[in-house]
Amino acid sequence: MTTETHTTLTSRGGGPRADRSFMILALAAGLLVLAVLALILITTTREAWPAFSHMGLSFITERTWDPPAEVFGALAFIYGTALVSLISLIFAVPVSIGIALFLTELAPRRLRGPAITVIDLLAAVPSVVFGLWGVLVVAPKLVPVYRWFHDVLGGIPVVGSVFAEPIGSGRSFMTAGLIVAIMIVPIITSISREVFSTVPQADKDAALALGATRWEMIKGAVFPHSFGGLVGAVILGLGRAMGETIAITLVIGGSTQITANVFASGNAMPSVIVSQIGESTGTFTAALIGLGVVLFAMTVIINTLAQAIVRRAEARMRGATS
Amino acid sequence: MNRNVLSRRVLAGVALVATIALAGCGGNDDSGDTGTDAGSGSNQYANLSGELKGGGASFPNAFYTEAIAEFKGVASKLSVTYNSVGSGQGKKDFGANLVDFAGSDSLVKDTDGVPADSFLYVPTVAAPITVSYNLNGVDKLQLSPDTLAKIFQAEITSWDDAAIKADNPGVTLPAKKITVAHRSDGSGTTNNFTKYLKAAAPSTWKLDSGDTVNWPASTQGAEKNTGVAQLIKSSDGGIGYVDFSDARESGLKFAAIKNKDGQFVAASLDGATAALDGATVKDDLTYDPLNAAGATTYPITAPTYILVRTKYDDPAKKDLVKGFVTYLLNDGQTLAPEVDFAPLPDALKTKALAQLDKIQ
Repeated sequence: MTTETHTTLTSRGGGPRADRSFMILALAAGLLVLAVLALILITTTREAWPAFSHMGLSFITERTWDPPAEVFGALAFIYGTALVSLISLIFAVPVSIGIALFLTELAPRRLRGPAITVIDLLAAVPSVVFGLWGVLVVAPKLVPVYRWFHDVLGGIPVVGSVFAEPIGSGRSFMTAGLIVAIMIVPIITSISREVFSTVPQADKDAALALGATRWEMIKGAVFPHSFGGLVGAVILGLGRAMGETIAITLVIGGSTQITANVFASGNAMPSVIVSQIGESTGTFTAALIGLGVVLFAMTVIINTLAQAIVRRAEARMRGATS
Repeated sequence: MNRNVLSRRVLAGVALVATIALAGCGGNDDSGDTGTDAGSGSNQYANLSGELKGGGASFPNAFYTEAIAEFKGVASKLSVTYNSVGSGQGKKDFGANLVDFAGSDSLVKDTDGVPADSFLYVPTVAAPITVSYNLNGVDKLQLSPDTLAKIFQAEITSWDDAAIKADNPGVTLPAKKITVAHRSDGSGTTNNFTKYLKAAAPSTWKLDSGDTVNWPASTQGAEKNTGVAQLIKSSDGGIGYVDFSDARESGLKFAAIKNKDGQFVAASLDGATAALDGATVKDDLTYDPLNAAGATTYPITAPTYILVRTKYDDPAKKDLVKGFVTYLLNDGQTLAPEVDFAPLPDALKTKALAQLDKIQ
């Protein structure tokens, strides 16, 4: 097959010269990505340096953010970003995978097209619209729901501290997490759907032929085959959740605190950057850019971890199937 | 598959960042053709023509927008734009020569990027910052500076606290939790409000002053004046600081604050002008109307300035800036109350006009 393609190409194009220039072009494109990433990292780190050198390691371990006193501790915002992302994944991942399975394995063919369109439309809604909806409609309506959870679960040790007294306006980690969950469902769904559709029909038929029920077939044939892709889908959603700015800014409540209570107000790194950079100077500006660097580093670390997980899982799977 | 997903994600991110970077690099130099026509208009502004760019504080934005719209009627050939990007950004842009004048609620600091002696302060208007609240059944609320400081420091957490009761004899206060709302974005309004608390309740207030301060964990933040107003409105038991026009527009109730002379005064434009009268004006025309003396003074009154250059390289530009700011100080002052801003007292206005003659 390769030789065939090769001969057709040489007969049409300019031979080795075209081959070489294509290679250079592709290489340049690849390097450009790396260069842009590197430049972003270098310049932002340089801009943030006054804050890093002023605070040292306590930039990420200190929980006080006090600009007039020049104390810049990002821990509360790192915590906020992590908690909101975690909540959003807890809600979005099962729903998205459910939708994707429904669309690929269960839904009647006629329903698939419209359903996919509707979910994709969800991705086209601007995040500020989600934010406004969240702050004007969802947050106040959720307060009684939060109260109920607090009344039921608040008395239990440990669990009770997670579901402690809700804030009166409803603007909280939980509300932010829920809004972001809705925003990342389309991404995770559409990628999971693609992943599921790559599962060879032969595998599924084999499972069914062995007498598996539909669920056993999904569990035994679909999931193992698509694990890596699913992790990719989740990471993509997580990236969106961590970087989401305006919707979170509107619904998270803008307090600087670290608390287990998911019904309390907090703040997240992108929100802090966007809302405070306008009126900042000197070290304060540097500290805000520093938040960006920390966020960037977190994304890289999570991506790397995810890749490692996928690699291990795939190796295990190959071992099992062969 | 997974590798593909990841690399696609990275690509998308890079594309986005590149777009932003390109947008940021976009030219921003002003090349307004500033030629002064030998106009035969009857008013002093008719022969001004060209383009003026300004930007900065969002606090006086409503006033500047109104004044610019009216100015169009007398100086039809001069186009003035004002971008409400915040005082800090305004000063940065002014220092980088991107705008012809800047609006600022705060004084210029060394770190703002504007060289000293390269600019002049011109006070334009002032406005009260209200302490707005939402408390069912309480239509009249009085607060002393110490009580106010304790509320915003979350030391007083319930509306029926003894300190609030002491400020409001005869008023039945519910045992409701106080929800404190503050600005989550960096803001000149926060700066002035915290400065006031620092000046009026020096022994109680511990959070210092600034565009962003370290608010207690139990308080809540919202974006801009409208966001804070909305947050107060949506939480029963809420209290926060909101500028006068937004508080009125949102239909919020606001508290009367005990001034330096011991009188409880509710936020009003008259109270603000009284505060300007009671403030000491420095030689560079900066003044601090916060916690000013006077029986009718509303103590939380914030000033705002326009920064102009001491020397404009383009003499035509100088005339344009002078023309526009003169308009703000004369005809503009009568427009101010319509948009909920307090005009300058006559003495300060005269000084401000004299300040303009120093522009070269």
